[in-house]
Amino acid sequence: MLSNTVQYLIHAFWHVLEHAFQRLGRSHIFLFHIILGIPSVLVRPLLLTKQIYMVGVLSLIIIIVSGMFVGGVLALQLYYELLKFGAENSLGVLNAISLVRELGPVVSGLLFSGRACSALAAEIGLMKATEQLSGMEMMAIDPIKRVIAPRFMAGIISMPILAITFSTLGIIGGHLIGVDLLGIDEGAFWSQMQDKVSFSSDVMNGVIKSIAFGFVATWIALYQGYDAVPTSEGVSRATTKTVVYASLAILALDFVLTALMYGEI
Amino acid sequence: MSFKIDETSDILIEIRDLHFSRGERKIFDGVDIDIRRGCVTAIMGPSGTGKTTLLKLIGGQLQPDSGTIKVAGHDVHKLSRAKLYKLRQKMGMLFQSGALLTDLSVFDNVAYPLREHTKLKKSMIRDIVLTKLHAVGLRGARDLMPSELSGGMSRRVAMARSIVLDPMMIMYDEPFTGQDPISMGVLVQLIRLLNDALGMTSVVVSHDVKETAAISDEICVLSEGKIIEHGTPEQLKKSTSQWVQQFMYGMPDGPVPFQFPAVDYAQDLYGVHS
Repeated sequence: MLSNTVQYLIHAFWHVLEHAFQRLGRSHIFLFHIILGIPSVLVRPLLLTKQIYMVGVLSLIIIIVSGMFVGGVLALQLYYELLKFGAENSLGVLNAISLVRELGPVVSGLLFSGRACSALAAEIGLMKATEQLSGMEMMAIDPIKRVIAPRFMAGIISMPILAITFSTLGIIGGHLIGVDLLGIDEGAFWSQMQDKVSFSSDVMNGVIKSIAFGFVATWIALYQGYDAVPTSEGVSRATTKTVVYASLAILALDFVLTALMYGEI
Repeated sequence: MSFKIDETSDILIEIRDLHFSRGERKIFDGVDIDIRRGCVTAIMGPSGTGKTTLLKLIGGQLQPDSGTIKVAGHDVHKLSRAKLYKLRQKMGMLFQSGALLTDLSVFDNVAYPLREHTKLKKSMIRDIVLTKLHAVGLRGARDLMPSELSGGMSRRVAMARSIVLDPMMIMYDEPFTGQDPISMGVLVQLIRLLNDALGMTSVVVSHDVKETAAISDEICVLSEGKIIEHGTPEQLKKSTSQWVQQFMYGMPDGPVPFQFPAVDYAQDLYGVHS
């Protein structure tokens, strides 16, 4: 009896593992096809512009509002802790480093997954369910080149711009709270930031992170949509999976990139 | 890339010993069909017999387990991707849902294949699109979005889009499903009219017996993975096969049973299973 249960569990585990590896393999083949389709996007800049608007510009509101609040809250938290050491004038630099290195790329990446990537997965999934992708194939038009690759490029281009916007608005939020509300010296706020925040190691590393997040999150979204079961339930599952997988991938990738960039692991 | 289409042979689509399965389920088990050039050929059979799958196999969207499908002399499944796409430019397909691109207007949907595959001037594209839309009676709907169209109108727009490159053949997947009598009448008339006026070959997949029989030159009836009967609509109506009679006259019981296979009724009611 016990051996039967163990056998069943091993079989079920093996089945899940096999299925997961199959999907992983398919997703890499899918990525390979997208990369092959990128040159065709470059000769049709209008397709790309439209997708940058859909993926990036329409995400701006949530990024701006969140950036302001996160920067403001961060300044508030930091102020009372720094005050204990008489180091409240360092608020600007701490606020900026936290934002450009970590919070900017990661939080905007998570917001991007929730707003833009879920929409991408749902859109592609619905295009599949309503036979639009099959229709394009039968018109001898490659959907990877015309539909998928422009969205992929748009995700990679939009994500660092959104992260920079988030960090900038976060610093402004921090200034509003720290300087305008709590009375920190404005000169110290900006000059320490200018002195301690490195463009190459802080700002650029943040940008590199956000490009990596944009790459992974958009790839996950497009694959989930393209591989969705063409039913309403299938599209709904694909959308949920996109947000969950993209968020987890961003957090895991952030750890790896941070370790590579700043750590000595 | 040189790619020649055979425009002389009488048979446009030649299917030989086609086998196709989905998982454990066998969809086609040695199907042979010849579709003659210039004719309207109907593929009929109950739901789930693989009619749409057959169209996807002809279009090269699915790969058979074995057997060959030749379109205009080309084995569809042995063509390179580039050559398959060249062949598809000569094959129109009307999907059951219409498959219109929802972010484009009616005009842009019809113009889409022209913009992708030709270098025609804007004014020329406009003229061609309006001609095709006029042919399906929707020239006045050019600025509408797909969400503003009825089911019948969507299919007519899809029809205009599938003939915009002047294909040699067009495949219709359940064109009459869910249509009101007027839309159905329009679609029935259009399929025959476009076939004859443009000199195309049409393959209609449907289970609407009356409408399909009215416009078809030949009908192939599919069941359990095989072609069980083929011939003109008149020949099929006179068929001695009980199965064909049940299908053609829509009888509820017969070789295709009304009851889904189950244990004995009395045993089931008393909860006694053999």
